[in-house]
Amino acid sequence: MKKIIMAKDLTFVYEAGSDENSKKIVLDGLNIDIDEGKFVAIIGHNGSGKSTLAKHFNALLIPTEGDVYVNGMNTKDTSHLWDIRQTAGMVFQNPDNQLVATIVEEDVAFGPENLGIDPEEIRERVDFALNAVDMYKYREFAPHMLSGGQKQRIAIAGVIAMRPQCIILDEPTAMLDPKGRKEVIKTIQKLNKENGITIILITHFMEEAVLADRVIVMDNGNIALDGTPKDVFKEVKMLKDLGLDVPQVTELAYKLKQEGIDIPTEILTVDEMVRFICQYK
Amino acid sequence: MSIQVENISFVYNEGTPFESVALKDVSFTIEDNEFVGIIGHTGSGKSTLIQHLNGLLKPTSGRIIVNGIDITAKKDLKEIRKEVGIVFQYPEHQLFEETIYRDIAFGPSNLGLSDDEIEKRVYDAMKIVGLDIKIKDMSPFELSGGERRRVAIAGVLSMMPKILILDEPTAGLDPKGRDEILYQIKQIHQRYKMTTILVSHSMEDIAKLVNKIIVMHDGKVSLIGTPREVFKNVEKLEQIGLGVPQITYLVRELRKNGIELPDDILTVDEAKKYILEYLRGVDNA
Ligand SMILES: Nc1ncnc2c1ncn2[C@@H]1O[C@H](COP(=O)(O)OP(=O)(O)OP(=O)(O)O)[C@@H](O)[C@H]1O
Ligand SMILES: Nc1ncnc2c1ncn2[C@@H]1O[C@H](COP(=O)(O)OP(=O)(O)O)[C@@H](O)[C@H]1O
Ligand SMILES: [Mg+2]
Ligand SMILES: [Mg+2]
Repeated sequence: MKKIIMAKDLTFVYEAGSDENSKKIVLDGLNIDIDEGKFVAIIGHNGSGKSTLAKHFNALLIPTEGDVYVNGMNTKDTSHLWDIRQTAGMVFQNPDNQLVATIVEEDVAFGPENLGIDPEEIRERVDFALNAVDMYKYREFAPHMLSGGQKQRIAIAGVIAMRPQCIILDEPTAMLDPKGRKEVIKTIQKLNKENGITIILITHFMEEAVLADRVIVMDNGNIALDGTPKDVFKEVKMLKDLGLDVPQVTELAYKLKQEGIDIPTEILTVDEMVRFICQYK
Repeated sequence: MSIQVENISFVYNEGTPFESVALKDVSFTIEDNEFVGIIGHTGSGKSTLIQHLNGLLKPTSGRIIVNGIDITAKKDLKEIRKEVGIVFQYPEHQLFEETIYRDIAFGPSNLGLSDDEIEKRVYDAMKIVGLDIKIKDMSPFELSGGERRRVAIAGVLSMMPKILILDEPTAGLDPKGRDEILYQIKQIHQRYKMTTILVSHSMEDIAKLVNKIIVMHDGKVSLIGTPREVFKNVEKLEQIGLGVPQITYLVRELRKNGIELPDDILTVDEAKKYILEYLRGVDNA
């Protein structure tokens, strides 16, 4: 399968202050391959290096040592900068400071306009992007009239209008209410399944990470665990030691097992737990 | 300290084309030493409401009485501001000092405390939010998102307010940081009898911590009650953009499947207890 993103021995050091002692190794020789078309979640404690890693995936940061390739292009090669940014788009946490225009569709058109794309094609892309996030009927609204979840979907539409192969979302739901969170997660699942867009989702919500094809767990600039949600979330104790958590139903399964109940520890959703308990009826 | 909110309404940009009604006839009482949760969809008025509680915003109509004093009638709010500490939503936007230490010390420095006392408060606050004292001389701008948020929370805790209000304080914190800070806030609440108000989108956290929930919807109070009372209203909460803890959803599904469990379970440990009883009961039957 094609690797959309490859990191080879990626090390990154922030030079806080001027003296040697204040150098901080934030990514410590990482090797990661991401297959095209996958939905990958990245979790990890505050300061573990998630955002720093994500910024390497669209050349906002360049490795101190090692290399990052996006669709085969080395991010160190500045002649590919725009190709890379179009291939891998970013969405950030705060819905209020990502939208620039006063009307929704202008906001979505902003990226393609900057690329000098002709107006007819922009129109097409904007309509496609707004439909993809289910916000077409809000195209003439002012962004400030929208809820947090709706604003995040517009920010995602702005990325989609660039025709990316991969979207990186850095805690896109951290500031949303439960409904807004559901809307955004449904939207990215749909983009992944129906449009084949590779998704890299950074999140502190374990119930969201459970939905991915693969979960990468960061710890102090290293990868602590990497596998399917079932493989990763059965490590309840290790996750807790890493400052993380598991969904409430997974925790319940873990606790029932400790009480001697013969229950699989890889229960991740309400439905799976209901099925397990109901078989005893 | 107690708070009485009596029929307050608030309109942003009144009389302009941008007029927007953010609060409509809101009333409730918070007793001394309560731990209250406020939930509501984005734009339901939560942040507008709490900014009224220390006089930052004045209601268009209605009154607010804090500790027996009508703060809507008062001009000088200096004293009230010392007693009512607010950790604002997106507090990291308010970091401005050159070092973490100075940022956290900013509030207590304005309270006329001795340098020793200020230092003690800064260190205590850093401990509570899980920041290593060693980083005190770093710039807050060299921190990750979650670390900055911790500095901002410490800045309000160091003032030791009598009423502590937190507006979505754990957005962006990792699970351990979130649990630890909330646990510490609960401890402080109990130890210092601080009246505490927590605005949050995490139904799980609200269920675990508070004794009363105020549910906001479109600028109005939609429900008030204990967590057990409020989280029984699953349909209503979902209609207004909210939900219940995952474990409460699980219990609801099990009940639908004919398994007899109480309808007001809110935590994993409660669920464990009743499900164990059920499973062992079936075993013995
Ligand atoms: N501009 C900067 N200058 C110096 N150090 C920085 C800078 N930005 C981040 N760091 C440091 O790099 C480390 C990793 O930060 P990063 O933002 O990647 O963490 P994160 O995993 O995204 O955390 P969070 O969950 O809090 O968002 C942190 O220890 C942080 O203090
Ligand atoms: N500074 C402001 N100017 C104008 N309208 C505002 C301002 N702040 C909030 N509003 C409006 O008031 C309503 C309530 O907002 P807010 O109190 O921020 O809600 P919440 O905190 O529950 O998300 C919303 O309709 C919002 O758009
Ligand atoms: Mg981050
Ligand atoms: Mg708010």
